[in-house]
Amino acid sequence: MLTQEQLQELTEKARQMRGHIIRMLAAAKSGHPGGSLSSVELLAYLYFHKMNIDPDHPKMPDRDRFVLSKGHAAPVLYAALAERGYFDKSHLTSLRKFKSIIQGHPDMKRTPGVDISSGSLGQGLSVGNGMALAAKLDKKNYRVYVLMGDGELEEGQVWEAAMTSVHYKLDNLTAFVDYNHLQIDGTIEEVKSLYDVPGRFRAFGWHVIEIDGHSFEALDKAVAEAEATKGRPTMVILNTCKGKGCSFMENQAGWHGMAPKPEEAALALKELGFDA
Amino acid sequence: MGERVATRDAYGNALLKLAEINPNVVVLDADLSKSTKTTAFSKKYPERFFQMGIAEADMMATAGGLATAGKIPFASTFAIFATGRAYDQVRNTIGYSGLNVKIAATHAGITVGDDGGSHQSIEDIALMRVIPGMTILNPADATETEKLVLAAAEYESPVYIRLGREPMPGVFGEDYQPVIGKAVRLREGNAATIIATGIMVERALLAADILNQKGTTVRVVNVHTIKPLDAAEVIKAAWDTGAIVTAEEHSTIGGLGSAVAEVVVQNRPVPMEFIGIKDRFGQSGKPTELLTEYGMDPEHIVAAVEKVIGRKNS
Ligand SMILES: Cc1ncc(C[n+]2csc(CCOP(=O)(O)OP(=O)(O)O)c2C)c(N)n1
Ligand SMILES: [Mg+2]
Repeated sequence: MLTQEQLQELTEKARQMRGHIIRMLAAAKSGHPGGSLSSVELLAYLYFHKMNIDPDHPKMPDRDRFVLSKGHAAPVLYAALAERGYFDKSHLTSLRKFKSIIQGHPDMKRTPGVDISSGSLGQGLSVGNGMALAAKLDKKNYRVYVLMGDGELEEGQVWEAAMTSVHYKLDNLTAFVDYNHLQIDGTIEEVKSLYDVPGRFRAFGWHVIEIDGHSFEALDKAVAEAEATKGRPTMVILNTCKGKGCSFMENQAGWHGMAPKPEEAALALKELGFDA
Repeated sequence: MGERVATRDAYGNALLKLAEINPNVVVLDADLSKSTKTTAFSKKYPERFFQMGIAEADMMATAGGLATAGKIPFASTFAIFATGRAYDQVRNTIGYSGLNVKIAATHAGITVGDDGGSHQSIEDIALMRVIPGMTILNPADATETEKLVLAAAEYESPVYIRLGREPMPGVFGEDYQPVIGKAVRLREGNAATIIATGIMVERALLAADILNQKGTTVRVVNVHTIKPLDAAEVIKAAWDTGAIVTAEEHSTIGGLGSAVAEVVVQNRPVPMEFIGIKDRFGQSGKPTELLTEYGMDPEHIVAAVEKVIGRKNS
């Protein structure tokens, strides 16, 4: 259970992270706001409450791992890492720029705290499985968290990996689907319907939990339940709103991969309660 | 050195040795362990062996995840699937991240034989060469395979190891010690140099013998490491002998021949000829029949050497 104080702190972290996302995308003049904003609560929860990590030792062997399989949402990861102290926040405005330590998509060789490079969709669950297998082999109790997009589930490799997680009983891995119902060319239902997402993972042998992906209490409960579930991996389906927290971006497919113009960024920041 | 052994068998034996030396070595396979020869490892070290099923893309990215946690994964399947089916995983997860994964690709080239063109990878070296930071090893016989596999485990880099299905004659003695990135001069001669890799090394030596009988001496260089290529040795061959023939069981587009030519034209342009598969798919047949059909017999190498010497002197 989160205390009232923790809840307030996480809520404020999420607000700060949204501010970073808007500012960094406006500065970059390109990038992916929609899917970054829909994952803010999950990353705030993991990076400021849950994960055993140390920004001073980003490669600490026993750390918990986070795999951003939907790599285009890099801004939310950079917001979390900068806010958590992995690197100075001044780097954020260098997003997508020449020689920046924060590349257009996550690059583990350039950004402290990035556990795996990503950007080509569909690979992160396999990578997370590899990390979880290594933990089991080494008898370590670190946990692995993987975040995928709902459109990403159209990639066949996700289902190969979903079989692997179950086959190897990877109960040290918790995966999340950002179920915001949007991808690039339209809604998931229009592009290629996923029909019964929880049912599919259940049929593959996963323990499945469906929650409001913007609720810290729900996240806290689900992650605890995942940790208590033995002998199989847990999939937490996050019902989310793409573009969450920015009125004109919410539920708009068009804001998948477009940066806000200065006046749009100013409006978004104002809505989030920032002065400028 | 007599005994014919397939390089895939040598790989299986090398894994057993590695397992003893290095506790971080783990092995993955995609429902081909009997063919890739990882079965013995899987029986002896079941907890360090991951059967991934028929899911090569998943296997490569899982190997990447294991590598981030300090493991040294050997991911094994046929060359055609390791490079073709799982290209994006090898490129983006393993290559782009520079992960310490060893891709052990058996059944490379046309000597796969009966299975036919769908299973004969003629392009895997080309596909791997264009990935920045990828190391490519193509051993010539069982001895070289075993030593290179052991060396690869100690070599911090993504490594592609190209192996064959067919038992092949031995070229090297037990005291031979290959070093990753260093080409090996096997014969001295001054009329031309044959630069060969993999199973073509033995054939290059046979060609050199035939040429010798005809009164022509050629240098023979074994390139077991196609990338990083031993450029100094290639340049030396161009300077010293003035003509080069490359020989590989791979397309002449993008493989060893191309790699050598890139170095030669920039440093010491000399006439070159290319022995390899000339922009065709493979087909069913016995390995010997196919090697003849695709122009890769010692006699073909001899003809190429004579042609290149003619060009050098014209
Ligand atoms: C293999 C691959 N194909 C295509 C793309 C291009 N792409 C980037 S984001 C995206 C849509 C992703 O939608 P979803 O997974 O729902 O992400 P979210 O809504 O959370 O942003 C696509 C097709 C890619 N990055 N990788
Ligand atoms: Mg989506």
